Amino acid sequence: MGIQVEYYLIVSTIMLFAGIYGFLTRRNLLAMLISVELILNSADINFAVFNRYLFPDKLEGFFFTLFSIGISAAETAVAIAIIINIYRNIQNIQVKDIDKMKH
Amino acid sequence: MDYSMFLNIKEELMLISLIVILLLYDLIAGEKGRKYFGLTACILLGIHTIANLFPGEPVEAFGGMYQYTPMMTIVKSILNIGTLLIFMQANTWLNREDTKFKQGEYYVLTLSTLLGMYFMISAGHFLMFLIGLETASIPMAALVAFDKYKHNSAEAGAKYILSAVFSSGLLLYGLSLIYGTVGTLYFNDIPAGIDGNPLQILAFVFFFAGMGFKISLVPFHLWTADTYQGAPTNVTSYLSVVSKGSAVFVLMIILMKVFGNIMAQWQAILYGVVIVTITIANLFALRQQNLKRFLAYSSISQAGYIMLGVIGGSTLGMTSLVYYVLVYMVANLAAFGVISIIRQRSGKIDMNDYNGLYKTNPKLSIVMTLALFSLAGIPPFAGFFSKFFIFAAAFQAGFHLLVFIALINTIISLYYYLLVVKAMFINENDAPIATIHSDNYTKLSLVLCTAGIVVLGILSIVYDKISLFSYGI
Repeated sequence: MGIQVEYYLIVSTIMLFAGIYGFLTRRNLLAMLISVELILNSADINFAVFNRYLFPDKLEGFFFTLFSIGISAAETAVAIAIIINIYRNIQNIQVKDIDKMKH
Repeated sequence: MDYSMFLNIKEELMLISLIVILLLYDLIAGEKGRKYFGLTACILLGIHTIANLFPGEPVEAFGGMYQYTPMMTIVKSILNIGTLLIFMQANTWLNREDTKFKQGEYYVLTLSTLLGMYFMISAGHFLMFLIGLETASIPMAALVAFDKYKHNSAEAGAKYILSAVFSSGLLLYGLSLIYGTVGTLYFNDIPAGIDGNPLQILAFVFFFAGMGFKISLVPFHLWTADTYQGAPTNVTSYLSVVSKGSAVFVLMIILMKVFGNIMAQWQAILYGVVIVTITIANLFALRQQNLKRFLAYSSISQAGYIMLGVIGGSTLGMTSLVYYVLVYMVANLAAFGVISIIRQRSGKIDMNDYNGLYKTNPKLSIVMTLALFSLAGIPPFAGFFSKFFIFAAAFQAGFHLLVFIALINTIISLYYYLLVVKAMFINENDAPIATIHSDNYTKLSLVLCTAGIVVLGILSIVYDKISLFSYGI
């Protein structure tokens, strides 16, 4: 196999930290949601790579990935529903405008 | 194929059938039938609670995916009772004009989160655990944003779902690293591969961060205050009691069963987290005016105290943890019940509004006082004994300095709990909240909670029963 495990892990690690960075710095709810999806996908890549390269005789990692994709889709659906609800209330989804509760 | 192993998950199956029944009832019953929805839900959940009160034998099903110990029945029963009390308190809120037509959704969503917690508690594989965790937290976000015409509720929902997804992302990444180093995700097989290499420690830190969000430990607590304040009061009490209690118990089980080999490392992490959690939450609670925010910070610091039971990993630790969750549940539900009914009837939520409450509402004030005394840990009430046992567990495990710091924090917490008591009994007010007539459901739940606060500490049989089923590393 031409490509080593490490290269995949580098990609997934970059995705993880890009996701965390985006989550902390983006000021738009949808952009934050996209950043979180990056984190979830980096974990999925890890599962698939570990399964194929380190433990190829079992399929545990792939199954985990399948379930985690389904779960993250459900999470995104609920998150977007809530974001739409916010948009209906204040015509805006910027983080700076959802600060009604603060002390 | 052998279908008899489904008998092992009878608690979960019963709850699923309960959810289906309520869903169908919501579809079939018209305007008229919906009047009895709360009653039906309470009765069905009560039957479910009683039917699953007695622990069975330890068992494993589905090739180790599902693991059961008698202790789990105790924890699930505690969660059932908590949910039942919350259902009773929900009635006033759900009969309001803007939520009346969707009260079925409330019951179904709440029971779905309860189902997720069941699976999370009895998981024997990280996939099962993850599915349970998400089943518990996704409908919870919908519940937090339930009052959809109120901006605060939607805002709280957005904050909750984004931090929940973020935390489960971190948790998943941790799990993927564990899978990479060990090659399996079964709780039974992982410990053999855990030898404490740096990658596993990193994986554990990710995992712990994810769980820390769910339990709202400092420094992962930032969503808590806003979500608690914005969510409907009833959902807040569910979030602070049932959701937190189950997550704490699951964390303890996983730390003991899966990460037992790197105990020294996680004890060091917990040590720091407990100190920071208790201290910072107490300091922030001092300056809160909104009572829901106030109880949010109080619940963060209580989570820190609960972690004292986890840190030893001992039998005594598990007993005191479950006992603490039970006692904390009745006290917190009493406090939230009072806040909820006052909020519904008069719309007031700030501490200043409670000035002179004793003059107009003596009974509610006394219930609130007892609840706050129990949360603070004043002797004759159950809260004192639960704090005592949890301190004893940490002390026995050798964390003397930690227990000392927690003790000092108890004194700080006494100050802010008594601030509310002072407002109700001593402060003068020209226009106190008018006399409130609560409905029978709320009355019953408050009586039950008060009885729990008084009786649970005195009846030693409760503690003995719990300690019978506990186990340590």
